[in-house]
Amino acid sequence: MTLTREFSKGLWRENPIFRLVLGICPTLAVTTAAINGIGMGLATTFVLVCSNVVISLLRNFIPARVRIPSFIVVIASFVTIVDLVMAGFFFELHKTLGLFIPLIVVNCIILGRAEAFASKHPLVESIADGFGMGFGFTLSLLVLGSIREVLGNGTIFDVPAFGPGYFPFLVMILPPGAFITLGFLLALMNRLAAQRST
Amino acid sequence: MRDILRLIVVLTCICIASAIALAKVYDLTKGPIAHQKRLEVLRAIKAVLPPYDNEPDRDMVKLAMGVDKKGEEIQGVFYRGRKEGRLNGVAFKVNSPEGYGGTIEVMVGLLPDGTVHGMEVLSHLETPGLGAKIREAKFKDRFKKRSLSNTKWAVKKDAGDIDGITGATISSRAVIKAIRGGLEFYGDHEEAIAGSGQ
Repeated sequence: MTLTREFSKGLWRENPIFRLVLGICPTLAVTTAAINGIGMGLATTFVLVCSNVVISLLRNFIPARVRIPSFIVVIASFVTIVDLVMAGFFFELHKTLGLFIPLIVVNCIILGRAEAFASKHPLVESIADGFGMGFGFTLSLLVLGSIREVLGNGTIFDVPAFGPGYFPFLVMILPPGAFITLGFLLALMNRLAAQRST
Repeated sequence: MRDILRLIVVLTCICIASAIALAKVYDLTKGPIAHQKRLEVLRAIKAVLPPYDNEPDRDMVKLAMGVDKKGEEIQGVFYRGRKEGRLNGVAFKVNSPEGYGGTIEVMVGLLPDGTVHGMEVLSHLETPGLGAKIREAKFKDRFKKRSLSNTKWAVKKDAGDIDGITGATISSRAVIKAIRGGLEFYGDHEEAIAGSGQ
């Protein structure tokens, strides 16, 4: 029971983007297309789950005073692994995401989960937490990316969504579009959450 | 004292483990990454040269193309395409830092007589929907069959022969300037690029 709770909290109750508003920098930057959102989300999920596993296993071994440097070393190693593997096997996606892959290191979701959850909970719960938060992040990026791609480029996953007469709403794939979309989605989420609690 | 020792030992162990893991992954992905990079260069060469049956990225000359801002030499790599042993095209990268968003990098393919056969934008930071149209076939085709002697290398707005992109004159100018620079360099070094090893 608690396992499903640890997993599902990342999807809704503590969704990293829409509820905690963490890790916004890569979120705004890469969500120009749905596929970029998924790629970034899955890369982050991988790092999140792996670092949660290692940190949960080492939680009684790492002294409290060096825990932050230890977490950073673990996270940075997994990010470098993702970076190399993507460059070798998903070259096109790696090229589009570019600089934002190495920047997963400083994504506050990952250090946040290591500090707040994995360093205090056993292995299995930490894995569930990692997957939950990771999928919550991926889904949020997918939603943002899809909305921006459809409106700003007239396509979804590179497939035209409207007829040839559609004139793309360009601003949506430019930086301001990211803020506008995120703002509307946050408003919607707050509204839904408010309705639920009453 | 014993406490400090423990901190040092733990952090060192984590770093060593991470270094070993990274070395292993680097070793495993080195091959695929090099392969992907080579495929990428070959794809660009193939797009700009007439059909060839050799391996242009193994049949190349390197020439100094001037110095950059730091005073270091810029190396131009000239890939030679051959059909049945006869040189039928030369491809090389040119770039212009004068794009609207930053440096535009272009691969140009020339026939041995110095006319353009094709061009391919490798990387750019132009505005999506405006300057980014330099990647579209409609714009790329405007360079076909042009040489230094039969064309005034400027946009129509600047009394040249080439149609710029509406709303993206700066991007069009930058591309034209880059290619013209490449053609001039080729004209001056034709002997060294096309002549040797024929």
